[in-house]
Amino acid sequence: MPEETIVKDPFKTEEYMINMGPQHPATHGVLRLLLTIDGEIIKKVEPDLGFIHRSIEKMCERDSYQQIVHLTDRMDYLSSHINNEAVCLAVENALELEVPDRVKVIRTIIGELTRIASHTLWWGVIGMDLGALTTYFYGFRDRELINDIFEETCGARLTMNYNIPGGLMFDIHPNFVQRTKDFVKHFKTKLPEYDQLLTGNVIFQKRMKGVGLLTKEDAISFGTSGPVARASGVASDIRKIHPYSALDRVEFNEVLFTEGDSFARYRVRIQEMWESLSIIEQLIDNIPDGDYKVPTKAVIKLPKGEFYQRVETARGELGVYINSDGKKNPYRVKFRSPGFSNLSALNHMAVGSKIGDLVAMMATLDLVVPDIDR
Amino acid sequence: MMNIPLLLPTEWVHELLMGWMPETAVSIVEMVLIAVVYLAFFAVAGLYLVLLERKVAAWIQLRLGPNRVGFWGIFQTIADALKLVSKELTGTVKADKFLYNLAPYFPIVAALIALSVFPFSKSLQAYDVNIGIFFLTAVSSIGVIGILIGGYGSNNKYALIGAMRSGVQVISYELSVGLSLLTMVLLTGSLQLSEIIETQRTGGWLIVQGHIPALIAFMIYMIAGTAETNRAPFDLVEAESELGAGYHTEYSGMKFAYFFLAEFINMFIIASIATTVFFGGWLSPFGITDGIFWLQPIWFILKVFIIILLMMFFRWTYPRLRIDQVLTLEWKYLLPLNLMNIVLMAIIVWLKFTISW
Repeated sequence: MPEETIVKDPFKTEEYMINMGPQHPATHGVLRLLLTIDGEIIKKVEPDLGFIHRSIEKMCERDSYQQIVHLTDRMDYLSSHINNEAVCLAVENALELEVPDRVKVIRTIIGELTRIASHTLWWGVIGMDLGALTTYFYGFRDRELINDIFEETCGARLTMNYNIPGGLMFDIHPNFVQRTKDFVKHFKTKLPEYDQLLTGNVIFQKRMKGVGLLTKEDAISFGTSGPVARASGVASDIRKIHPYSALDRVEFNEVLFTEGDSFARYRVRIQEMWESLSIIEQLIDNIPDGDYKVPTKAVIKLPKGEFYQRVETARGELGVYINSDGKKNPYRVKFRSPGFSNLSALNHMAVGSKIGDLVAMMATLDLVVPDIDR
Repeated sequence: MMNIPLLLPTEWVHELLMGWMPETAVSIVEMVLIAVVYLAFFAVAGLYLVLLERKVAAWIQLRLGPNRVGFWGIFQTIADALKLVSKELTGTVKADKFLYNLAPYFPIVAALIALSVFPFSKSLQAYDVNIGIFFLTAVSSIGVIGILIGGYGSNNKYALIGAMRSGVQVISYELSVGLSLLTMVLLTGSLQLSEIIETQRTGGWLIVQGHIPALIAFMIYMIAGTAETNRAPFDLVEAESELGAGYHTEYSGMKFAYFFLAEFINMFIIASIATTVFFGGWLSPFGITDGIFWLQPIWFILKVFIIILLMMFFRWTYPRLRIDQVLTLEWKYLLPLNLMNIVLMAIIVWLKFTISW
């Protein structure tokens, strides 16, 4: 029987499977994708998670509320400050604690700096994924300046641990304002350089336009958020919908594109860097005086009940759900991470495209694997 | 004995050997000598092209590049080569051992054969074959066999995808390389490389003689040549963010080094052909130093160097194309353009609209 079919159909091709990851240059960590491929064309993408699962949510049940903050650094390590802020805001809301204006403004400034740092790294990496290695070093050049500012103020460059429930761990460094201003001035001259090197490139546009289409309906149904959703025309910026910290007192535009392709996702992030710069510029000159924290008890006990706080990280909506039974540690903590939902759209986007496009799509989803796995 | 300083080194060696042994033995010894000189020269040239590439990359990417081994890192690639020589040759268990072990020799041997026909100066040419251009295009397409059987033989899906991409890409772009060179052959009326250079001695470089069609041919040649060497933006064969390392994923040590070195020697070949066919080979601009024979190889190497730099700038600024875009570019744009360009060149040659002085 099999021999007969071979004779009848000599040009019969077979689908085959390859493992992309967990150790693969394009998966940015330990994501494993099982690809079903027909020649170069992708038939199915199955993400296999769990290679960097550290059970952060379970560990949170063990720890006190001050300690939880430090665990969240390790989720989306590129927006560690924003993760910290989310937990602190949730705890502060539960305690009905009013933090000083100074704290709010500093949190927002550092949050936006974090966003720029994350986007510059993403910009470097998207070039690298598409074979233009040079972008990587240009992105890192500017990111280093932000990390230097962070290092001076809070001692750490990546996992900052700068927030605590009730405020900040220490006051900002005296140089902070000046260095941030210098950075904004510097980065305004460098962002057009990004466009010159990559955005305007014909090959780059050919690789990006019309690739990895995600319609508005799909973007909503897959639960995508952040730049991925906004590139499909879904207004989902938590900073606009549900302003937190000092975001209610600044003017900025929510970047929206309707194309829903890889190029739109690229442009959303480039535009967001400009918006973040404008937010920083509005706040940096009038950081109010005052305390950098309000005193809290050594052992924080949240009242009984459920508390939820959503923030906009560089990758999308991060939700922090705390279920407290009145003890010093939470009964249950759940993080709604943006990367997990964004990854779920990958199969839908990738089916029918080439291997090279899959890499480009993964780059525009801006996946951070520890954020997906937690 | 008076005119010894004027004799070329090759002639001097020939005279010396003729005094010692019969003529057949002399020719055999000379062949071996030439082969050894070529091998040594291009092993070193390949290594220093790697170093140059790393330095150029560093300059473009705000880095310093290798600077620890020797002054300015000049021994870095030699140290790398020593490391590769001393490394264990690993392989997959289920590999097709014969093909797997055979594959690395194809690209390097093809590259070295192609080198033998280049005129580095008026007399510094190992073999002045009368079908030079044809010989070059024929020989340089052997290398892809090594990539194909290497990718097939190593029993790795990533390597196989890389090899298949390479096969498709190199075979397609062979056409453009061949046709763009053929355009220039219309001007010279000869396939012999020394003859092509002679034409340029009297009438100016071919890129000037042939003006518009020659410029188009040069651009097509550079694009197709970059694709032939599997370098960015056409480096889909080893596309590291997609396929790990592509066709040489399973190779280590010296076998990998053969593939790697062949890529750089191929780059040298592509640049050498461009130099010979478009930029007058060893001729100096406007014939300023044509009388001084030892400057001829220097002019040749200088022109090759500039074209290699151009290819390196391509690599470090452009993103990679997708496989269907690579083929679209060749079959839908470059090939028809090339065919039209040949007709245009033929008309220009026929009506004697060429520029020459």
